[in-house]
Amino acid sequence: MKQFKGFIIKEFYHIFRDYRTLLILFGMPVAQLLLFGYALTNDIRNADIAILDQAKDEVSQKLTHKILSSGYFNLAQNLDSEADIESAFRKGNIKQVLIFEPGFARKIQTEGSASLQILADASDPNTARILTSYVMGIVSNFQNEELATMKMPVQIRPEVKMLYNAEMKSVYMFVPGVITVLLLLISAMMTSISIAREKEMGTMEVLLVSPLPPIQIVVGKVVPYIILAFVIAMLILFLGNVVFGVPIRGSLVLLMFFSIIYIVLSLSLGVLISSLVDTQQVAMLISMVGLLLPTILLSGFIFPIENMPVILQWIANIIPAKWFIIIMRGVMLKPVGLENLWFETLILLAMIVVFIGISVKKFKVRLE
Amino acid sequence: MRTIIYILQKEFTQIFRNRIMLPIIFVMPVIQLLILAYAATYDLKNINTWIVDLDQSSASRELIGKFEGSPFFTIKAYSPDFESGEKAMDEGKVDLIIQIPAHLERELTREKSASIGLTVNAINSATAGLANAYTTAIIQDYNKNLITKIIGKQANMPIAIEYSYWFNPELDYKTYMVPGILVLLVTMIGLFLAGMNIVKEKEIGTIEQINVTPITRYQFIAGKLLPFWIIAMIELAFGLAIARLFFAIPVLGSLSLIFGVAAVYMLVVLALGLIISTVSDTMQQSMFVSWFFMVIFILMSGLFTAAESMPEWAQTINIINPIAYFIKIIRMIMLKGSGFRDIYDLFIALVIYAVAALSFAVWRYRKVT
Repeated sequence: MKQFKGFIIKEFYHIFRDYRTLLILFGMPVAQLLLFGYALTNDIRNADIAILDQAKDEVSQKLTHKILSSGYFNLAQNLDSEADIESAFRKGNIKQVLIFEPGFARKIQTEGSASLQILADASDPNTARILTSYVMGIVSNFQNEELATMKMPVQIRPEVKMLYNAEMKSVYMFVPGVITVLLLLISAMMTSISIAREKEMGTMEVLLVSPLPPIQIVVGKVVPYIILAFVIAMLILFLGNVVFGVPIRGSLVLLMFFSIIYIVLSLSLGVLISSLVDTQQVAMLISMVGLLLPTILLSGFIFPIENMPVILQWIANIIPAKWFIIIMRGVMLKPVGLENLWFETLILLAMIVVFIGISVKKFKVRLE
Repeated sequence: MRTIIYILQKEFTQIFRNRIMLPIIFVMPVIQLLILAYAATYDLKNINTWIVDLDQSSASRELIGKFEGSPFFTIKAYSPDFESGEKAMDEGKVDLIIQIPAHLERELTREKSASIGLTVNAINSATAGLANAYTTAIIQDYNKNLITKIIGKQANMPIAIEYSYWFNPELDYKTYMVPGILVLLVTMIGLFLAGMNIVKEKEIGTIEQINVTPITRYQFIAGKLLPFWIIAMIELAFGLAIARLFFAIPVLGSLSLIFGVAAVYMLVVLALGLIISTVSDTMQQSMFVSWFFMVIFILMSGLFTAAESMPEWAQTINIINPIAYFIKIIRMIMLKGSGFRDIYDLFIALVIYAVAALSFAVWRYRKVT
């Protein structure tokens, strides 16, 4: 036991000696959370549009004014003819072109209907769809208010309640997401690098001939990082709560408990990676190139898993981050307790067992 | 010149000596491109819905029928009480609860207006907004039918909106995502490989051996840069072939223009990697720093969220985000067929960036340790 303690102390020295890495480790999550929390939003404001007003009459101008004063749009260009549309789009910044047909007001008077054409740049489908729905909403309000010819004689009105996130803040999505991604990558990367480094430097051999059994070597490598990663996780939670007002509606203790399970899982993934490779470079490339995008894209952090093709939904099941995000969102925002999350917890635990099992099998006491 | 060729030879031997590097550099990104292109979609196919119908009238059944008939909604369950729906939402089984109050039909006939409750899981505000829009559209459609039934003729709106989606009429997310993800993968490989390179020599100690050779700073940086540049360009060609053959994404603009821009872009990325590499002491440090910038570059590039709607200062930060430039350019060329004149400004910005970053990398590298 005394030897084991000594070993852990050695590991801590390794970590604390390199104060630059330490600074990066703590500075990174903080900087990222602040940056993302303030910068990233899902709603669209000030989108550049162009207008081709072939009517230039009272109604078309009133409607234009209404659209531009909504805050969603910014008039970048007034077009003179349809021939200009394509080049306006090609230049890249214009998201939408609105075309009022000639005699707009007159047609509404005499024929009861005039046409407004929306051309959206759908090379970004999401923006195109959202902006089109904004215009439609504005136009439909405009009809109800300004053109009294058309009042809905009878209607069902939806009353919408946005549950868990009443103001639709995107930071609610990013705080659990960023924690999940950071913990997995930092933990997996740190352990895989640290073990691969001992192998590469040759110091692994020294450790292996020491009286410490291999299992203690691995555990000793992992323990300091559990503590470090845990502190980082709490730091992010704290910042999210204080700076951005992301609530922790469930139990904090439960949240800590799950964080530790997830950290252990990420670390055991790191151990697994390092037991399969020999050099730091390969360990890093696998834990970064191999994990970064799948963790961001297949975990449900940004894109909901239900919308993916069925095969991908299956693949998503082996992404640890997917399960942890469900848990984090559940405990932080909903809130639900262990009774609703036991299934996810079991999966995380099972993954730990599998990862450690494979690493133990692959762990070579001898170096070639 | 001969010196550089020798350095190149040395670098390539070093990179591919480890046999696992070849699949990591070429196979892993390709697999990711194939899989992840399908994952990155906001297309709501499947809004899991819980229906609470307290009215049980023909009006409410007609409204529910509309939701059942829509391909976007999957009705998970019906219940006479709201609480069990809310519980299902807590458990993550449904994302939308439609609550039809008692006396819906009576109110519609008497008051001409009635309201129904929609409860949306808003943790992901983007999808919540879309789910809300889809639901509202269905209700509007229902309203229109209702009016038609009452007036007896088709209700006409004074302003008829026609819309068309250019460049991607079917709103296919893959068309949008494949070029973007390809850029990310190429960038990651380039940045990480370059970021690890010099620092690796430092850590192993071989940098001293290079320092005592007559190689100049420029030759050294060029020799460190070119191998990764070549790898990245091959990788890009690979990815574009997949985009064309597998995803059937057309390249409307000129291919040579894409490669021309990519050539400059990769210089920027690799120079950044080399800068990180020269200022770090250990591979671990260099990796954490590269990773830090990579995550920021990715999430702020406008690939997953709209870059235009970020606050002013955040858009200013994007000036140093190479990914933002390249994603914009590659999309313009591939999907819109933009020519050199359309991308001129962005291209010049990239060139300036490349020159600045490269000069800094050369200046920062000293032959002393």
